[in-house]
Amino acid sequence: MSARDRILGNVRSALGRAEPDDKTRAAYDARFDAHTRNTVPARASVPHAALIERFIAEAHLVGATTARLDRLDDVPAAVASYLRDKNLPARIRVAPALQSMSWGEQPVEVGYGKAEPSDTATLTRALAGVAETGTLLLTSGPQTPTTLNFLPDANLVVLTETDIVGAYEDGWDRVRALGATPRAVNFVTGPSRTADIAQELILGAHGPIDLHILVLKN
Amino acid sequence: MKSTAHDFKENAHKALHDTELREALSVVGKNFILKRRLAADALPEFETLRDEAVEIKKRTLNELDLHLERFERKVIEHGGQVHWCIDAAAARETVLSICRSVNAKTVTKGKSMLGEEIGINGFLEANNIRPIETDLGEYIIQLADEPPSHIIAPAVHKTKSQIADLFEKHHKLPRSMDGEALVAEARAMLRQAYFDADVGITGANFLVAETGSSVIVTNEGNGDLTQTLPQIHIVLASIEKMVPTFEDMATILRVLARSATGQQMSVYTTVSTGARRAEDPDGPEQYHVVMIDQGRSAMLGTELQDLLRCIRCGACMNHCPIYHAVGGHAYGYVYPGPIGAALDPALLGVAEALHLPNASTFCGRCEEVCPMRIPLPKIMRHWRERAFEDGIQPVVQRSAIRLWAFFARNPLLYRLNTRAAMWALHALGAARGRFKSLPFASGWTAGRDLPAPQGGTFHAQWAAKKGRTK
Ligand code: SF4
Repeated sequence: MSARDRILGNVRSALGRAEPDDKTRAAYDARFDAHTRNTVPARASVPHAALIERFIAEAHLVGATTARLDRLDDVPAAVASYLRDKNLPARIRVAPALQSMSWGEQPVEVGYGKAEPSDTATLTRALAGVAETGTLLLTSGPQTPTTLNFLPDANLVVLTETDIVGAYEDGWDRVRALGATPRAVNFVTGPSRTADIAQELILGAHGPIDLHILVLKN
Repeated sequence: MKSTAHDFKENAHKALHDTELREALSVVGKNFILKRRLAADALPEFETLRDEAVEIKKRTLNELDLHLERFERKVIEHGGQVHWCIDAAAARETVLSICRSVNAKTVTKGKSMLGEEIGINGFLEANNIRPIETDLGEYIIQLADEPPSHIIAPAVHKTKSQIADLFEKHHKLPRSMDGEALVAEARAMLRQAYFDADVGITGANFLVAETGSSVIVTNEGNGDLTQTLPQIHIVLASIEKMVPTFEDMATILRVLARSATGQQMSVYTTVSTGARRAEDPDGPEQYHVVMIDQGRSAMLGTELQDLLRCIRCGACMNHCPIYHAVGGHAYGYVYPGPIGAALDPALLGVAEALHLPNASTFCGRCEEVCPMRIPLPKIMRHWRERAFEDGIQPVVQRSAIRLWAFFARNPLLYRLNTRAAMWALHALGAARGRFKSLPFASGWTAGRDLPAPQGGTFHAQWAAKKGRTK
């Protein structure tokens, strides 16, 4: 008997369950269409303007920084000044999702694609922001490579106000709306941290030391 | 992991006299408890969410077979593989053969308690594959060649000075006592390892039946680098990690970080579904879930089923006076603290883990704070009873209990004897009010005095008072 059949057999006999027939299996699978929610905290069900404020406040509480911009065209200047203020090299790896953006005269060296080991700063685009805890939702794919979220010292993320939702469940509905489930869905709440050295909280363990969110009006 | 649980008494005795351990542990009692309290209080729905989390997991376990089957189907649909392993030995062989398929030299590892349970590191080393722990705490104890002492803070028993010594020795850099500098050192040392590794191994906090996804919850980002950069990602998961839907996971996530570290949400919650897609620029080309039973199915349908709800948050040990006193290593096995005292006997056998269920004051704090409301004290009592029934308790303890039982069944004799003993102790100790030492009671009097009885027995006082208070 295969290990699979032994384990499933042990589970069934422990629970006193018979091998399910096709009808039981079909009924079981059908339940997954309902997307039934459990209790969602009230803080996630407030008017959209309040959700934006909550998202930003929560992001600050976990050590992220934010800048509010009017439109995508304002991003390059904001990136350039951020790199300058942080004393980071004037170069950035950008997600192909943002390739249409014009960098004009900005004194920043721009490369596109997945992150490379030498990248100190990256710029990507979030699928959504979850207000309840200031959490970004980032998805893998050719337009937004996953390594951009984890390799650099500073990770900059573009998030549009209309993509700010209340709860994790709302965020997951956005993932479902993509059709196929992406290989990776990353919920990111603040920059990397550790307390493994004598319980002292230190930012920037293995992932980004800085997380900067550029919140766009539209 | 090899168990030394049978040596609990000696281990605990040593721990109590280890001043550096005392220093390191002093923060556990304060930090974790306060932060959990604040996080729980800040969310009005916290208790409701706990109740729902318990119900979700109960329902899930009752249909575990269906969830496991769907999970497997969905993993395969997304280009991944599921390897079913009845026990630790099968799991180790499975991991080894996947590593060998690409001639792996080094393997990076995210934190996995199941990895400790099946002893994967030692096994890979014995087969000439170098495992590199990337979680900072795990990295520290790997340098120190020690097992973890806490399920979410594996190096919590180490002081900063001890870590500084370790880094100086292994990194060959000037010794630093600055926390940020120490973290930066480890960050730099591990960078290249992520790129060089042929395989990345992580654990799983959840398996989601809906989509066939595995989920890790971390703060450092090491788990993500571990699973994204090498060509193969191996997930070690035991069968009870299952949750049905994303909505169900969201509910449990809301109580997990708050109970564990007092964060509202851990920094990285990563949902992985299958292998790299054809058009993806990064991510592993192969995705393997090693689905391990290792004693779990045997707990289903028994009084131990409640233990399978555990989400490994660590709250029970963070709130345990015994854990605060002796630390995690004294328990001698992967899972310390109350969850260990309840779970280790199931994994190791009662004879080996006999002392662990006794390492409790039965104060009940663990059950109070357990987000999954696991009746830990009840399960510890269950093991105590089992140990007595199986006749594996020490002779002295068994005879003492027998003797007590004899008197308890003969109330008149019981009263006569307690009255006599009380009278004798009163007569002997009344002058000083306390005893510095007593025959057969050195376990108590070695560390403190025993107050001398002040008068009659409880029975006598009760009989006297009853008339008056009515
Ligand atoms: S028993 Fe409860 S408190 Fe302890 S680790 Fe498991 S879930 Fe957390």
